[in-house]
Amino acid sequence: MAYAAGVDVGSTQTKAVVIDEKGKIVGRALTMTGANVTRAAEEAFAIALKDGDVREEEVEYVVGTGYGRYKVTFGNTQVTEISCHGRGAVHMFPETRTVVDMGGQDTKAIRVSARGEIVDFCMNDKCAAGTGRFLGAASSALEIPLDQLGHTALRGERPVKISTTCTVFAESEVLSWLGKGKKIEDILLGVHQSIAGRSTGLAWRVGIEPEVTFTGGVAKNIAMIESLEKAMGMKVNVSDDSHYMGALGAALFALDHIFASRTPAASRGVTA
Amino acid sequence: MSETAGTESIVGRGNREGARLFRQWFDGLGQAAEENRGGAYVFVMGSLGELLSTFDLPLVFPEINSLQTAVRHQAHDYLNEAEDVGYSPDICGYVKADVATQRRGGMLPMGRIPKPSIAVLTNACNTYIKWAEIWERMYKMPAYVLDIPASRQDGHPVNRHTPGFERDRKYVAAQLRELIVVLEQVTGKKFDVDRLRETMKHANTMSRGWKRVLELNQSRPSLFNALSDGTIYLGVCNGFRGHEAGAKYFDQLVEEMEYKRAHGIGTLVDERHRLLFVGVPCYPIFRRFTELFSEHGGTFVNSTYLWFASGGTNLGFEYELSDPLESLAEGLLTGVSDAMDSMFFQTKALVQMVDDFAVDGVVYHPVKSCRTTSTGQADSRRALMAERDVNSLFIESDMMDRRVVSEAQLKNRVDAFFEGLESRRNQAAAGLV
Repeated sequence: MAYAAGVDVGSTQTKAVVIDEKGKIVGRALTMTGANVTRAAEEAFAIALKDGDVREEEVEYVVGTGYGRYKVTFGNTQVTEISCHGRGAVHMFPETRTVVDMGGQDTKAIRVSARGEIVDFCMNDKCAAGTGRFLGAASSALEIPLDQLGHTALRGERPVKISTTCTVFAESEVLSWLGKGKKIEDILLGVHQSIAGRSTGLAWRVGIEPEVTFTGGVAKNIAMIESLEKAMGMKVNVSDDSHYMGALGAALFALDHIFASRTPAASRGVTA
Repeated sequence: MSETAGTESIVGRGNREGARLFRQWFDGLGQAAEENRGGAYVFVMGSLGELLSTFDLPLVFPEINSLQTAVRHQAHDYLNEAEDVGYSPDICGYVKADVATQRRGGMLPMGRIPKPSIAVLTNACNTYIKWAEIWERMYKMPAYVLDIPASRQDGHPVNRHTPGFERDRKYVAAQLRELIVVLEQVTGKKFDVDRLRETMKHANTMSRGWKRVLELNQSRPSLFNALSDGTIYLGVCNGFRGHEAGAKYFDQLVEEMEYKRAHGIGTLVDERHRLLFVGVPCYPIFRRFTELFSEHGGTFVNSTYLWFASGGTNLGFEYELSDPLESLAEGLLTGVSDAMDSMFFQTKALVQMVDDFAVDGVVYHPVKSCRTTSTGQADSRRALMAERDVNSLFIESDMMDRRVVSEAQLKNRVDAFFEGLESRRNQAAAGLV
């Protein structure tokens, strides 16, 4: 049994997964990226190996992805996280045609083919509004831990309208609503709806085609799932491993390379 | 001459000669500044170089001057200076770099430019008019604005055989006659129609050559990169419009491209992807931007920039020399209308381009500091995607301001774009698409 691995070095967190030949995740890891990107990648990979009870020499191919993909020095090649999220999402939910990936600093809308290949994509530019960082700013202003934001927001009944979409100004806007006596849950629901609206606008740029799969760290947030479904007018797929979707896609590309190396050169069809 | 010697002297001549002409042009501007002779400040969309050079007015293109500060990595100094005196970060970067240039007495990294004696402009860009008003305030000189009625409809090129067009043409011709009176007053020289015929003859050669050069890039492999090489050709197209040197340059450029085609000499050794560029280039990282694509075997075979920034002369319109002024009006109306349509109603033209140039991917590049060329690109992209099954990339940066150019973000998107193109290529090879 051979194994493949994917290491997704994001702006905030580094994720690694190890998969078997059937594409099943056997080990996973999540670490903070920090300043030493190479070390973060090595750490995440080591933890994923341990989690899957897999020895390093059993991993035949490693693909790096994310902004720090070129710092995955032990990796065999690199693929962008855009391709990886598309691939991972279709692997998890084969009917996926649109992927919304919400990460720490960027949000991507990706349209994919049935084979998981990228048809089109769009990302936020120059501005982290509409990304996980926006939630981070709200979390800081309201002194509520990130993992409790979603549940708190769901208690909201009269969401406020977040007029600014700038992350830097998010804190002052939130404080201004507090000053007007608004409930924390209503403010938070407004924040979630603002992000969902902005992400949906991004997705419309590539054309929203069902099924939609929601990936990235923010997909763990229940209020964001609901807000996104409301804004898009349809259900979205969310996996327990949504956080690892980029790393999973990278590992699947690694698996392609393993299979390609076992077949005659002429019939190889590595897709990225 | 041996085959090798022939190749060495012809291939790359357009770039070498373009650089030489550019230096010559700036030497002339520097000389005019030194002698305190005023220039004609003009813009790339409707420069009227043919007419202005008959009055011996040195042509100054502030757009070209400004972009040169970005190419030479000095734009930020100019932009900061203009912002320090109150110009907003959100307005056209070309304007701000020019304001700083004027405040520095016309000093640019390439040399010194003369002050304006007159500004001649069209309404092709709304910023042109406000920009010229700045010079009016600074120098108390006349600014003549030609009102060019645009077609404002999808179509490429504009239909010249309609009663509406003829009415518009007469309207433009009347403005040209007015302009000539102003030019006579400013320069103290009489209008010479024979000189105009001469410059229009050269302009005809240039238009014919420009159109042919663009067409020749349908070759596989493509003969020049429309973004990097094309911008050099474009500079000559604008700066030497109506000059004998410009006509000779384009004759030779056609010869170079014909030679490259005959000998199968492409711009890349391994051309894997043929791309179309929509918008204004990213001048702050001009070379690197092109490399982001060429590293993947991608080359730009054509660009809307080469259409609108040449004032529509890509159409190859040729003047009727027996009736120069009326024909000049027709050419100006046709070119400027098409330049505007290339920005606002480009879908049909892009579809045609995708087909004619066997394009694999279309790169849309809206820029922060030019909303005129950027607004509507997202819609244009969707419209094109509905017409043709072709990969596209939408990346945003700026033409002047390196503060809003993130190479890491650009690279990430460009890499993903090529992963998609390669994936499609593999599927096609496997008979899956």
